[in-house]
Amino acid sequence: MANAFSRAVNGVQEWFNERAPSFGPFYRKHMTEYYAPKNFNIWYIFGVLAIVVLVNQIVTGIFLTMHFKPSAAEAFNSVEYIMRDVEWGWLIRYMHSTGASAFFVVVYIHMFRGIMYGSYKKPRELVWVLGMLIYLVLMAEAFLGYVLPWGQMSFWGAKVIISLFGAIPYIGGALTEWIMGDYLPSDATLNRFFALHVIALPLVLLLLVVLHIFALHEVGSNNPDGVEIKKGPKGNRWSDKAPADGIPFHPYFTVKDTFYTGFFLIICSFILFFEPTAGGWFLEHDNFIEANRLVTPEHIKPVWYYTPFYAMLRVVPDKLFGVIVMFGAILVLFFLPWLDRGKVKSWRYRGTGFRIALFVLGVCFVWLGKIGAGPGTDPVETIIGRILTALYFGFFAFLPAYTGLGWEKTKPVPERVTTHD
Amino acid sequence: MANDGVDKGRRRFLTATTAVVGGAGIAMAAVPFIRSWEPSAQAKTAGAPVEADISKLEAGQMVIYEWRGQPVWIIRRTRAQLDALAGLDSQLRDPKSSNTDQQPAFAQNEYRSLKPDVLVLVGLCTHLGCAPKLHAELKPEPFDADWKGGFFCPCHKSRFDMAGRVYSGVPAPTNLVVPPYRFIDDNHIVIGVSEGVA
Repeated sequence: MANAFSRAVNGVQEWFNERAPSFGPFYRKHMTEYYAPKNFNIWYIFGVLAIVVLVNQIVTGIFLTMHFKPSAAEAFNSVEYIMRDVEWGWLIRYMHSTGASAFFVVVYIHMFRGIMYGSYKKPRELVWVLGMLIYLVLMAEAFLGYVLPWGQMSFWGAKVIISLFGAIPYIGGALTEWIMGDYLPSDATLNRFFALHVIALPLVLLLLVVLHIFALHEVGSNNPDGVEIKKGPKGNRWSDKAPADGIPFHPYFTVKDTFYTGFFLIICSFILFFEPTAGGWFLEHDNFIEANRLVTPEHIKPVWYYTPFYAMLRVVPDKLFGVIVMFGAILVLFFLPWLDRGKVKSWRYRGTGFRIALFVLGVCFVWLGKIGAGPGTDPVETIIGRILTALYFGFFAFLPAYTGLGWEKTKPVPERVTTHD
Repeated sequence: MANDGVDKGRRRFLTATTAVVGGAGIAMAAVPFIRSWEPSAQAKTAGAPVEADISKLEAGQMVIYEWRGQPVWIIRRTRAQLDALAGLDSQLRDPKSSNTDQQPAFAQNEYRSLKPDVLVLVGLCTHLGCAPKLHAELKPEPFDADWKGGFFCPCHKSRFDMAGRVYSGVPAPTNLVVPPYRFIDDNHIVIGVSEGVA
């Protein structure tokens, strides 16, 4: 029997190889025989976790569209219908809405990892830029999705965010009407946001994710030591051409990633079952009230993953300049590979100045996030917010000076990864 | 097909003409898709300017019209109400209407209006969108013993003067909104379009 079975498998394999001889090598290059550095630590699981969450969003999203009605008259009730009447609908909906927050948790850690270990540096600039594009599309995707339940915060959040485009001189007014298809967020707005959220942006997102991974596999992964394993000695147990400090993705990282994915999903399940809205952080309380254009919620604030940028918008007194600062804070990240002139990648071997600056950047981001989530009425907080905004941009001004003018005192980088045998 | 020579000029010509025609075609084809996002005929009709007749509006009276789902007040102010405005500046948050989001440029003046006596406002409190009440007379009110006429919001006690300017120390952050409008003649106002500005 076993013999007949393996003969059948071989037969199918041969059939495919004759017709598509490049599929096998392609699969091996990107999956099983992708040689990744052997010194990966826990920071290196977040790329895989991002893919896991992306799959979760796509699957739960597809099932939500089966019950959701993208019209201003029906949207809110159809979401309540999903939550109360559809069998297990509440779980699918929470998996999607809480999944959005999980996505940003994972992506923010993934990005921070990249800065810590210098993963954006030559030759991985393209990987970083593609990743930033993913982040940008993800923010748009999350915003569009938040509008769909047509709750109070959906409506007023949409109104505030769309009105940001109104700050652009001359075309602002016409542009906001063009985006909304009406003079205020309405049925037309909801309907087109649904189309973008469900079809257009997911396609773009998937394409970018594929490009991000391909670009990574061309140059190979960085690692906590910031050592180029491709430049090190060749030959290991599996191949005499592969880097000595690399190990094949399968079975080493498939096992590691699957284990951590299980761990991650258990944490996610706990949040999902016991704190799906995280006390208003993942789904704001006001969004459980149907949209009403005549009643403004007391505090209009975005979900936590936008609040650092929202805080910057609010602490700047001028509207147009505030919008520029907010988008500039995201845009400046694109240029990180060129702002950082230092050759040493990992913070393990970088100067103390860089470590402190990175720590300050992290504090600014979290603290601004807290300010952006608050009511924004405290004048002292506004001053703090301005200082933090200045420090955030300060990181990107300090970095080229620190590295370009040779102020950075780096430690010697080892020839090979620290855990090689 | 025995000709091995490559006619590069011909190839360049074909590439260039295809690029030009194709580029123009893409630009043209993009127009309907981009324009499809503009407010539809239905939305435009629903949001069309509203014409108001104020010929029968006496001094001190108010009429309410609806424009784009919002109540719009038209009030003819008395001389006494207008005269009281100037003395209030010190009690107001934004006496000079410096917040340009709250009124069109033509209404950034002492009376926040085109003609001094006729006041046009969106009748929604700038705090949480409640409907403030008109207390037009200059007489002591329960909420202000020295009341100079204006609007009082019953929801959270925000107060505005007879030009829709917000008092200091109330929840509403900004002055009431003046919508775009213009006069057709002395007795007719169009709400939703300004002079010169669409």
